[in-house]
Amino acid sequence: MPIGVKTLFSPGHTACAGCGQAIGARLVLDTAGPNTIIANNTGCLEVFSTKFPETAWGVPWIHSLFENAAAVASGIEAALKYLGIKDKINVIAQAGDGGTADIGLQALSGMLERGHDILYVCYDNEAYMNTGIQRSGLTPFESNTTTSPPGKESLGNPRPKKPMPEIAAAHGIPYVATASVGYPQDLQKKVKKALSIKGPKYLQVHVPCPLGWRHLSNLTFDIAKLAVECGLYPLVEIENGKLSQVRKLVKIKPVEEYLKPQGRFKHIMSLPEQIKAVQQIADNNIEHYGLKS
Amino acid sequence: MGFRMEAKKIYHNIGIAKPESSKANKTGSWRVEAKPKFLQKNCIACKMCVFICPEGCITGEGKNTFICDYDYCKGCGNCAVICPKKDIEMIKE
Amino acid sequence: MKQFLEGSRAVAEAVKLCKPGVISAYPITPQTHIVEDLAQIIADGELKAEFVNVESEHSAASVVLGSAACGVRSFTATSSQGFLLMIEVLFNIAGMRIPLVMTCANRAISAPLSIWNDQQDSMTARDSGWIQLYAENNQEAVDFHIQAYKISENKDVMLPVMVCMDGFILTHGAEVVDMPDAAEVDKFLPPFNLIDKLDINSPKTLGAFADPNYYMEARYAMQAANENALKVIPKVADEFKQIFGRHSGGLVEAYKIDDAEQVIVAMGSIVGTIKETVDELRAQGKRVGVLKIITYRPFPRNEIIRALKDVPEVAVLEKAVSLGNTGPLYSELRADILGKGKCSKISGFIIGLGGRDITKESIKEVFGSLSKEETACKFIGLKEE
Repeated sequence: MPIGVKTLFSPGHTACAGCGQAIGARLVLDTAGPNTIIANNTGCLEVFSTKFPETAWGVPWIHSLFENAAAVASGIEAALKYLGIKDKINVIAQAGDGGTADIGLQALSGMLERGHDILYVCYDNEAYMNTGIQRSGLTPFESNTTTSPPGKESLGNPRPKKPMPEIAAAHGIPYVATASVGYPQDLQKKVKKALSIKGPKYLQVHVPCPLGWRHLSNLTFDIAKLAVECGLYPLVEIENGKLSQVRKLVKIKPVEEYLKPQGRFKHIMSLPEQIKAVQQIADNNIEHYGLKS
Repeated sequence: MGFRMEAKKIYHNIGIAKPESSKANKTGSWRVEAKPKFLQKNCIACKMCVFICPEGCITGEGKNTFICDYDYCKGCGNCAVICPKKDIEMIKE
Repeated sequence: MKQFLEGSRAVAEAVKLCKPGVISAYPITPQTHIVEDLAQIIADGELKAEFVNVESEHSAASVVLGSAACGVRSFTATSSQGFLLMIEVLFNIAGMRIPLVMTCANRAISAPLSIWNDQQDSMTARDSGWIQLYAENNQEAVDFHIQAYKISENKDVMLPVMVCMDGFILTHGAEVVDMPDAAEVDKFLPPFNLIDKLDINSPKTLGAFADPNYYMEARYAMQAANENALKVIPKVADEFKQIFGRHSGGLVEAYKIDDAEQVIVAMGSIVGTIKETVDELRAQGKRVGVLKIITYRPFPRNEIIRALKDVPEVAVLEKAVSLGNTGPLYSELRADILGKGKCSKISGFIIGLGGRDITKESIKEVFGSLSKEETACKFIGLKEE
């Protein structure tokens, strides 16, 4: 779809002001175009876009349950193959981070392993936002969520993010990528590339959540960009199990710049040791993926 | 009959919805403080405002043609932040 | 054509005749032979279909949900624990009004683990909106699968149908079955034509959520569809008879109950044993009979009342128990018929759980006990320490 002329993801949906997931979903769909069928897990995206009798989706779209979009999409792909029209139609399965890395992981793994021609998109806003900001397997280290609150005995979420892109890549699938709404053209490029490849594809998009991350609604784009620029959210492509592309960082920013505008990290901003621990995660990413230009 | 149900004429196919039906919901009423004003002076048509709008309610093609549909704009302000030419301003409603 | 086949093989052949385009399943005993046979049928090119080997029953049901939502006739099968894992999706399929057919090869539920037969698994889905048909023998299992698609895809129904067949007893038992002719099945069962489907030429959202303004209407519509099914199921059985020449299906089947003073109500393969027992007791001059519930959901209450209202003593024999209450069929049936006509006594019996043998002797014991005090939930054939 020509950007700025028409969108397949109509306004009138009920996402919060500044919602990163709404930005991501629209960019993905408008890149994929009208010959697309989407299976969507339960979550924010599903709820804010399909309140009966209204829908924001301009393509065939189905929601069944929290954890089965990958399996529903597998059934759609099988049906299209049976009908002999699969080559003309993109099948996208999409979910949030909880629906992907936690409750939907088994169905996703099955979909990837079976080799279905499906693009799976995980919109990663790093917690269960729809139910009220609870910790997920993709919640970052020391983030304050309602089920990983800081307190006398706690510094927030005690574990780093589950390495979902690597888990997906370990299935030996042709294409895995990470993207961010802070880099819309890069995201669109990756969607286009993924859809040009036959077989299972996994795309994880970093989508800030003003409500859950407790940042100003006008900072969605900036914060998404900062996550990449400090090394906490590397933008990479893994093709057939091998790291093929990374977005190099010209000027690497300290993680503090990314953490500071977000209320979910407020409790560690006065604790230099803890900021250092987060910096270590970014440094490891920079080293591991070779992000330095 | 079996369940002695009263015959009611009710909604058929609940759960099925048609494209663009969300437009019935005018989310512009959510704006509480400010709305973006597209100055249309220094616009270079980079379309970053279009890319980043969570509502998808910004349209335009050439330089200085971009507008926002206030029926749906929730006033998040990302377009004003992102505009490299400062050609979008948040103004008090 | 009459053939001597294992029940699973017969069902696989029947499913083949219905020409599903997508089949998905996860292995669990005693369902396995059905899907193994279908996999072989597809591998041999006898059926053009996609067979999707999934990583769980949850995904098996989700795959066929997705494929059927594209308007492609689909099939799955499961048992026991697999059924329980599937149940979240089963409720969802019914709520989304997606026509589908599945087989439940009935098996007990853990713990303790048991691979043997009873009907506790499918009973857990009695409130799901799925239509449930219980087969007495392999011929019925074959016929019911073919009828199930026609019932499910009826525009006034649009509810999924599960054909329940007793695990091992039917699935692994070989009997002579009259396999329907493919051309006649085509005549009986028109191609699947789904109106609200996933189609890029007519994009629609399926599965939008309903707030309190709409949810109740969605459930009412499902109840109304069940009500419609009470009319559609006998009609489909009549059409089946016209084409295939045998009566099969419908809501209930009465066996020698016209002048009966005692009637046993039951579902599934146990009915065969009860019929034989009835014949023996009739030979001794006892006025006994059996009422077979074929369609358990929707519950055919009018047909049951009509059949039993003049029977003084009724027994319900079931291979399931609603722990903390009685057998589910007993409690539902009792509420409907007690005090109607001459029916004065209804007793409930739990029998054959986890594959416990059901003998003619135990059925005679049930008939014999009916004139005594009413029992609500008596376990038959319990072993004592």
